[in-house]
Amino acid sequence: MTQALLTVSNLSAHYGVSQALFDVNLTVHSGQAVALMGRNGMGKTTTVNAICGLMASTSGAIIFNGQSCLELPSYKVARLGLGLVPEGRRCFANLTVRENLLMAARPGEWDLAKICGLLPRLHERLNQYANTLSGGEQQMLAIGRALLTNPKLLILDEATEGLAPVIKQEIWRIVATLKQAGQAILLIDKSLAELLPITDACVLLERGTTVWQGLPSSLDANLRHRYLGI
Amino acid sequence: MSEKMLNRALLSLLIIAPWLAHWIDEPYYVSLATRIAILALAGVGLNIALGLGGMVSFGHAAFFGIGGYVTGILASHALNYEPLFSGIFAMSGSTQMLFIWPIAMLVGAIAAIFIGLLSLRTSGVYFIMITLAFAQMIYYFSISWPNYGGEDGLPIYLRNSFPGVNTLQPIQFFMICCTILLTTLWGVSRLQDSRFGNALKALRQNETRVAAVGISPLGIKLAAFVISAMITALAGSLFADLNRFVSPTMFSWHTSGQIMIFVILGGIGRLYGPVAGAIMFILCEALLGSWTEYWQFFLGLLLLWVVLFARGGLIGLLCGDKAHD
Repeated sequence: MTQALLTVSNLSAHYGVSQALFDVNLTVHSGQAVALMGRNGMGKTTTVNAICGLMASTSGAIIFNGQSCLELPSYKVARLGLGLVPEGRRCFANLTVRENLLMAARPGEWDLAKICGLLPRLHERLNQYANTLSGGEQQMLAIGRALLTNPKLLILDEATEGLAPVIKQEIWRIVATLKQAGQAILLIDKSLAELLPITDACVLLERGTTVWQGLPSSLDANLRHRYLGI
Repeated sequence: MSEKMLNRALLSLLIIAPWLAHWIDEPYYVSLATRIAILALAGVGLNIALGLGGMVSFGHAAFFGIGGYVTGILASHALNYEPLFSGIFAMSGSTQMLFIWPIAMLVGAIAAIFIGLLSLRTSGVYFIMITLAFAQMIYYFSISWPNYGGEDGLPIYLRNSFPGVNTLQPIQFFMICCTILLTTLWGVSRLQDSRFGNALKALRQNETRVAAVGISPLGIKLAAFVISAMITALAGSLFADLNRFVSPTMFSWHTSGQIMIFVILGGIGRLYGPVAGAIMFILCEALLGSWTEYWQFFLGLLLLWVVLFARGGLIGLLCGDKAHD
């Protein structure tokens, strides 16, 4: 087994007085792709936000690359090597594609030329403003922006949500390429058919708690029906 | 009309008009153009905070006044042959602009770090009120500071000097101010297109998202606030030399509002917006002011019209709105 890159233990999080996460546990190893799964409202995005330091009220333990990041502000967590592609893309509309990409760039394997090679659609639109891009292109921009921070772990939160099938396929191709290149990825997605073949491990959440962890091949019909409603 | 063309036209007007005035021996218009250049410089400073970073600072008069008072205090000590400090940190006054400007900018920067660290943790109306409160605090302090004139202000008997230039000649002093304005505009244009500038523009849209890519929002905002304050302090220093007088009015909220008006009239976030705004403001003051003492009523109407119908200011009106802001 490769070294654990991210270890989340007994993670709890609150929105004000409402507790949203109760003892979430998950582990991502270097080079692994892990799927964080569950029905809507079960705490997947909250878990990701808590890991990234975007939740004010958390407890438990989050160890990333050997360092505790529970108390760190989000920008320090990101600097440790955590790249988030947020739900809803959230590109900066008042910046061009090039500016969106380079704004957050940090030295490392990924540079603008390599991103343009992986995401040729962006290469064609480098000088366009982000809000003139299609939904799929904005998603690619969000992925490119996260990759240019040269993350040790890439988190994709609903990266294919609301996209046309052909664009979804393109996004999955990109994710598969990244996985092959050894990029550690934590994925949240509802498209099991595309998700499971590229993941090394699955984590199921139910009402803010980790209820199951295991190999994708062990995710049987009973578990799918009980925790994913399919 | 493209924005570049309009910018060039504005600059040409600002440079050629005072030379024509000098040629026909009308020094008043040269001084008017100098005032425009200086106030535009103050606006360029505020535009970094307001236009790029979305920080609605209503206390930039603090930095404008600090620049002015640093100039006045250094000059008055030099002219009276009194040391500014004695002992280990002995320092005498100076009448050299090249010495005064860095000191004015440094003191402005120190004040901005202090004010920024406290105010930038807030946003919206709280940020506006904190910056205003700081400026008013300094304003009331300057009124009750008898050593440097108190409410009566502090005269600068002789305009400070610049090597190789007769600063008492209006056109030569104008050229100093205009060169500083052009240099600053060039620097700000570089800053706008840099990673720092892009992060600042992104911050205006979504702070949380900027933090999520590894950029400290407070760090970026503070740096922008300090740069903005330094430019405004430099403008204050030049303004003191132009009038050869500094007074607590430089710190008052009227001054903060006036600098903000230049930015809004010209176009918030536009590089040359404060230049266009300062030209419009000073022309209104000179032309309408010669016709009626209630000229500010008409300026108010103009401001209302710009805010309601020309959100991009004069530059936005002539060149089209920035679609992506």
